Amino acid sequence: MQQILFFFIRNKNFLLFVILFAISFFFTVQSHSYHNNKFMTSANFFSGGVYTIKSGITDYFGLEDQNALLLEENRRLRQLLGSRIASDSSAIDSLPPDGPYAFASARVINNYYAKTKNHITIDKGRNDGLEIDMGVISSQGVVGIVSSVSANYATVQSILNTESQINAKLEKSGHFGTVVWEGKNPSEVTLIDIPRIAPVAEGDIVVTGGRSTIFPEGILVGTVATYQLAQGESYYDLTVTLFNDMTNLDHVYIIENRDLQEIRQLETTVEDAE
Amino acid sequence: MQNSEIITNLSRFIIVLLLQVLLLNHINFLGYINPYLYLLFILLFPFTGNKSLLIVLSFLLGLFVDIFGDSGGVHAAASVFVAWVRPWLLKFSFGVSYEYNAVRVSKGALSQQLTFISIFVFLHHLVLFSMEVFNVSHILLILQSTLFNSLFSILVIQSVILIFSRNS
Repeated sequence: MQQILFFFIRNKNFLLFVILFAISFFFTVQSHSYHNNKFMTSANFFSGGVYTIKSGITDYFGLEDQNALLLEENRRLRQLLGSRIASDSSAIDSLPPDGPYAFASARVINNYYAKTKNHITIDKGRNDGLEIDMGVISSQGVVGIVSSVSANYATVQSILNTESQINAKLEKSGHFGTVVWEGKNPSEVTLIDIPRIAPVAEGDIVVTGGRSTIFPEGILVGTVATYQLAQGESYYDLTVTLFNDMTNLDHVYIIENRDLQEIRQLETTVEDAE
Repeated sequence: MQNSEIITNLSRFIIVLLLQVLLLNHINFLGYINPYLYLLFILLFPFTGNKSLLIVLSFLLGLFVDIFGDSGGVHAAASVFVAWVRPWLLKFSFGVSYEYNAVRVSKGALSQQLTFISIFVFLHHLVLFSMEVFNVSHILLILQSTLFNSLFSILVIQSVILIFSRNS
């Protein structure tokens, strides 16, 4: 017994190291698996508060750029509204009251884009109706997917995360693929699994595909910069330049799919039946 | 430890943490290079201080950096590792009787300081980026990140030590 006690006392630093390293390793593995309930994220009271103070100071430096972006978005929306009124004045009244998607706005209080697994922290949380798996976009395109929420903050798994996979399609031909990030350039993503038969040209616009419950169809992603055949030669790998400047995010919108519950329920009943 | 030493180390803990998460994590020199100045706390911890305490404090420091950076536990793991190997690195860099000869890092010869800081930072970054990338097939990316980030970190840490040791 004494021998064992002496062993522990003599090696206490080593044992301490092993235990703490194992805990860190556990946190790391947990952060890599997407659907786990994470608790070590910046969406907590402490770090969220610190980041809010920080962005309260630094936001003033980007006001001019952000104003320009919002103006540009207003202009685009106004144009859409204008063309709708011009084409058919009864269209506004006969529109369905609400689509399945609801939008909420939030501000980015912390933004990472230089790591291989990047996350963004925003200043809205469970109290504002946010839930895990909601989509996040900016005025210029896709940003990411909500990965954890606390009462007043949420973290977003950025599109610049090697674990992110977002369904997208070529706007012109409608061929579907998956957007992934290779971890190198924060302004470029890769669109994989586009069939060889699809007509691809540089400059083609890529939008979200609408085959997931997260993003509605037609949200902008980017333009095709280069493309080549993938290994096996039956699919294209497209390098896509993002419309979004992911290094300069401020105002973002969160998309809630009101039909999500219904779709999930339906899908589980189908799975159960099988 | 003396009272004044406790206060010095506690304030150093808080200052390097805030500096790291609010400023240095967002430098992104050449796209992805950041200096990890928070290692200064583990480097400058008193030579004669309690080694178990240092391991626990390093874990907490790394974990705070992780929480702010949403990186799981990669900084905590790397910090715990270097805190554990620190006595051997000290022995290697400053000689066998380092606990009696030099009371702090900045009192050692410049070559000794540089050896110590370089090995220390390199080991930390190697563990850090191996854990962060978490994929053996990206070994080149790991080594590249480790090398460039180490150079930047070593430069910044050595400069800070030189600047602040002049005054005292």
